[in-house]
Formats: sequence, C-alpha cells, structure tokens
Amino acid sequence: MTTENLPGLPEEPVARKGMFGVKDSGDTSGYNRLVVRRAPKLSSSRPYGSYFDEVADALEPAFADAIERVVVDRGEVTFHVRRERLPEVMQHLRDDAALRFELSLGVSGVHYPEETGAELHAVYHLCSITHNRRVRVEVSCPDADPHIPSTVQVYPTHDWHERETYDFFGIVFDGHPALTRIEMPDDWEGHPQRKDYPLGGIPVEYRGAEVPAPDRRRSYS
Amino acid sequence: MSTTETATETQGRIYDVAGQDWDELVKTVSESADERLVVNMGPQHPSTHGVLRLVLTLDGETVTEARTVIGYLHTGIEKNMEYRTWTQGVTFVTRMDYLAPIFNETAYCMGVEKLLGITDRIPDRAQAIRVLTMELTRISSHLVAIATYGLELGATTPMLFGFREREMVLDLMEYITGLRMNMAYVRPGGVSVDLPAGAVDKIGEFLKIMPGRIKEMRKLLDANPVYTRRTKDVAYLDLTGCMALGVTGPMLRAAGLPWDLRKSQPYCGYETYDFDVPTQNTCDVYGRYLVRMAEMEESLKIIEQALDRLSGPLKGGPVMIEDKKIGWPSQLALGPDGLGNSPDHIAHIMGSSMEALIHHFKLVTEGFRVPAGQAYASVESPRGELGAHVVSDGGTRPYRVHFRDPSFTNLQAVPATCEGGMVADVISAVASIDPVMGGVDR
Repeated sequence: MTTENLPGLPEEPVARKGMFGVKDSGDTSGYNRLVVRRAPKLSSSRPYGSYFDEVADALEPAFADAIERVVVDRGEVTFHVRRERLPEVMQHLRDDAALRFELSLGVSGVHYPEETGAELHAVYHLCSITHNRRVRVEVSCPDADPHIPSTVQVYPTHDWHERETYDFFGIVFDGHPALTRIEMPDDWEGHPQRKDYPLGGIPVEYRGAEVPAPDRRRSYS
Repeated sequence: MSTTETATETQGRIYDVAGQDWDELVKTVSESADERLVVNMGPQHPSTHGVLRLVLTLDGETVTEARTVIGYLHTGIEKNMEYRTWTQGVTFVTRMDYLAPIFNETAYCMGVEKLLGITDRIPDRAQAIRVLTMELTRISSHLVAIATYGLELGATTPMLFGFREREMVLDLMEYITGLRMNMAYVRPGGVSVDLPAGAVDKIGEFLKIMPGRIKEMRKLLDANPVYTRRTKDVAYLDLTGCMALGVTGPMLRAAGLPWDLRKSQPYCGYETYDFDVPTQNTCDVYGRYLVRMAEMEESLKIIEQALDRLSGPLKGGPVMIEDKKIGWPSQLALGPDGLGNSPDHIAHIMGSSMEALIHHFKLVTEGFRVPAGQAYASVESPRGELGAHVVSDGGTRPYRVHFRDPSFTNLQAVPATCEGGMVADVISAVASIDPVMGGVDR
C-alpha cells in the first residue's frame, strides 16, 4: 500500500493496540490492527478567551520564563510552571491586585509514567474570591528527582495537601515544615497512588465461578 | 518466642501507629520539668466524629498544643476508582463523605460531564432532581452536625431531635433512590431513575412538617444559656484565618463572607432558584450553628421551588442524557424483588433487538470512553467546597480522580481554633468544624 497521498502519521507514542485489551491470546475481533496514540501535549495560543487573557497578562510580564505552556481546555486554564519558580509564581498569583487568588483548593498529584522526565505532576487549583475566577497551576518533576518547592509559606492550607501528595506519590516538597505521611502508617513502604503500585486484591468465588481481583480483570482502556 | 514474632510469622508484617516518633514524644515530655500533660484523644472516642485522633498538650486545663492525626479510615477509594469504569466510580465516591453522598456523586459526575463536554446537554429534569436531592441531603447533614454538637456538649435532646428529623429525610431518600445512604443515584449524564410516583406528595408533606421542627430546635437552642455559654466566643477563627487555611462552608460564612458556590459560581441551574446565603460575623461556634440552622431553612425554600418545577413544567421529561453512547441503556423499575432493570427493557433486549442487547452489554461491561484531559468541578457541600479533579487518558476508566474534600481541609483549623483555649472547648471546636472522617481519609 502506498502512503504518499495519506496525511502524516502522528508521532505520539502508542497508547494501546487493538480494541478489547486482549494481550496474550489472539484478537479475533477484527480490530487487532487498530493503533491508538496518546493525545499530543496541548498548548494553547492567544487569545485564550474568557478572563484567561487578563490573568495571563498579569502573570506573564514577570514570569515569562517560568511558564512552560498555557493550556485552555474545556473552559479551564492551566499554567504549566517550572518547578524552580513555583513559590514566586504562587506568591504573585495570591498578592497581585489583578490576580488575587486568595483561596487555594489544595494539591492533587497525578502520575504519568510515560512522560519521561516529567512523570510526577502536582496540580494546584486556585480560586479568586475578589474576581470570582479560577486557574489551575501544574508543576512536574522527574521520577528520578522528585522534588518540588513547598508552597506552604504562601498558602498555609497546602500543609496537609502536600503531605497527602507526598504520601501517595512520593513527591518531596522542599521546605515543607513537617513532611510526613498523613493517610498511610508512618512505616508504610511505597506510594500507593503511583501507577506502578499494584491495587492488590484477591480472586473471589461467586456461584462456582472465580471472579479475578479488580486489577486482574479485563481492561478495555 | 514473643507474641509479636508469632503474629508476624502468621500474619506477615504488621503495621500500626504505635512506636516511632510517638515513643520519642512521650520520652521527651517525661524528661521535661514543667507540668505538661499530653492527652491522647481518639481515634475511638465518642466525641471525635468517627476516627479522628487528637493529641493535646495541656497546661492545667489550657490546651497549649493540639495535633490532629488522621488516616484511620483511609480506604483507597481514589485508587480503586482507577480500576473501574466511569459509571462504577459513582458507587465509590458516594462512600467518601457518607453524610452527604449526593454531593460527592454530583461533583464527580459534573467533572466527568465536563470532560465529555456534555454539561449543557444534561436534561433540566435531571438537574432539578439533583438540586432537590442535594438540598434534602444538606438538611440531613446539617441535622447530624447540630445533633452531634448537642450530644458532645452533654445535651441529648438536640441529638434526639436531629436524628428524628434526619430519619424523615433518609426515608425520602430511600423512597426516591432505593437506598438510605450510599445511593449512587447521580450518574454521568443525569440520574439513575426518575422520581417514583408519590414522591412529590411525600416531599410536600416533609416540607409542611420540617419548618415547625426547625423552629422547635431553634426554640431549644438559640437562646439556651447552657448552650450559648459553651458555644459563644469559642473556637474563634476570623476571615484571615479561614482564607489562609482554605476553610470554606459554614465556617467561612460564620466569619462574615457570603461565599457560596451556589451563588458565586452556579451549577445545576442554581442561578434560577431564589434563596439567600446566611452569614454571621461572630467567627465562633455559635455563629456556625446559626449559619447551619438558617441554611436548612433556605434549603427548604429551594426544595419547594424544585418540587414546583418537577411537578409542573418539567413533568415527564427525561432524567438521563439522550445520547445513546453515554446514557445508561435501561431504566430502573421497582419489581417484586426490589429495584432493578425495567421489565420492558429486559423484554426489548432479550426478545426483540439483538443490537440493543449488544449495545447494553458493551455500555455496561466496557463503559464509555472519555476524551483525554483534566477537569475540576466543585459543588457547595454542607461542609464547604467539594471539588473533584478528574483526569482521563481517553480510556473507559478514570486515570486519576482526586477529591478536594472540605472536611480534610477544614480539619487543619483544629490547632488554630483550639490552642490557647480550654480542653472542654476542643470538643465544641471540632464539632463546629463538622468533619466526616470518610471524606477526610477517603
């Protein structure tokens, strides 16, 4: 088959092949040649729309080098910030009269094992009561060097949230007053929310048939 | 052989929270000369709202340090959801904050709907039912908050009143959803089943009884000298403290800021309902009590309006999105053996349409795919802003779901509200935060 007249194939890494998550036995569904690639990294360009341009205007002059990319997706704006500059950016977001994001809704970790060099993400949701706006700040760090500066000094509410993210993902928040586990026991090994941490579970017998543990069941993803 | 060794051999490694730095703490305290007393309160204590553990350092009767230990109810709900379909996730999130399950479900479903881009296509009737059930749940949750306040301060009548009234709400929820708690009623795309026949009348009756009951409670507590002396000027936390600690909900509104997501960032059509946001300026436990009482009265107003719409203009409308690729294929119906798939639907897929059977099977076992991306959806739960950070990688299962639970964040205010006060006031401070440990630990 000639490929000259076809559009260029996407370069993104393969997310899955086939349709039904069949891995060991043969796929007889007819979808076995299906290749689904990961969605490319999003990056939006101006104008962002809504109030996002005003927020970016107030943030970018001082921190043009700190912001890696801006993503506007599904009516929400995400600023991807370099981890070294995070406390300054947060301080500015909180204190600048045009921004005034007084309320932080905490930290949420996400583990993307396939993003080499930026496996661990910390996601901050901020809310401005003055302007009634929301933004999301996302920071990433490599798995080999899981350090992100702590923002407890700026938002004291991050105390427990950073402990939780450390507990579940192993991200070390440098400068946190007492970074200890919060949900798991102190001597627990591993960080349970990471993708390489197994869910566990045992097979269950139901009416004579064996139902495998949840993480051993067929996945359609 | 010692007992621990035997236990280790038979059960594998045992994890507990004894030892480690707690031993050091006890050692340091015993060595110091001053008369400090470290009191461990909980995790099994009737006035710590479930399994909250407080470590209090006392100087006489004054609390000099209050430390909170959580994690005793951590069940890994967020991790478990990553191994289930998007729809199955509802049955997990409903168990987080178990006193306000509908709020967890709605926040999660709003997040999924945002990712799917179908927020505008949710039927109005489904949105009105969500509002109705959320406000009913708000009343039952506030009733428990006030009931336990009373009980923990030594008054049993508010407890009996509160739980009696809550029972009415739970009966209504059982009538509507089939379950008293953990209903998994709100689903991505709408709600699982329409209001049953007679529900409007039953809620109407409840609306007739409830204002009188709230008045009774107010009569009992509003100016009760014992109650006010235990609650006024106790556990002071002003607006600055609330903002810094990320405290939202009745605590924030008792500090004078009328911040309510239902008004400021409306969802589910709250902008079309007429209600007020009650506030107080006292920043204390009594103010939080007054805010909760007034919020119940406002909820009754919203329920009345929602009921008018459901029995009027929205009567007979769909309660699930009319998109066959997302909406649950069957409707639930009450049969002789309880709630289940409607007999009509079973007859259709088993008797007349092979395609409908395949469709049903695929949607139920496989689930629907959600485009890759992330979304944050938040609702005003009885305890404050409940946010769901939902991440998808394009598959049929959530890639990551994180709940910003208000109880978790608000509990950080324990040292700020308790230190420097009397040890007896710790009880009312924690009660006024109204933490639900299922939501804190998840």
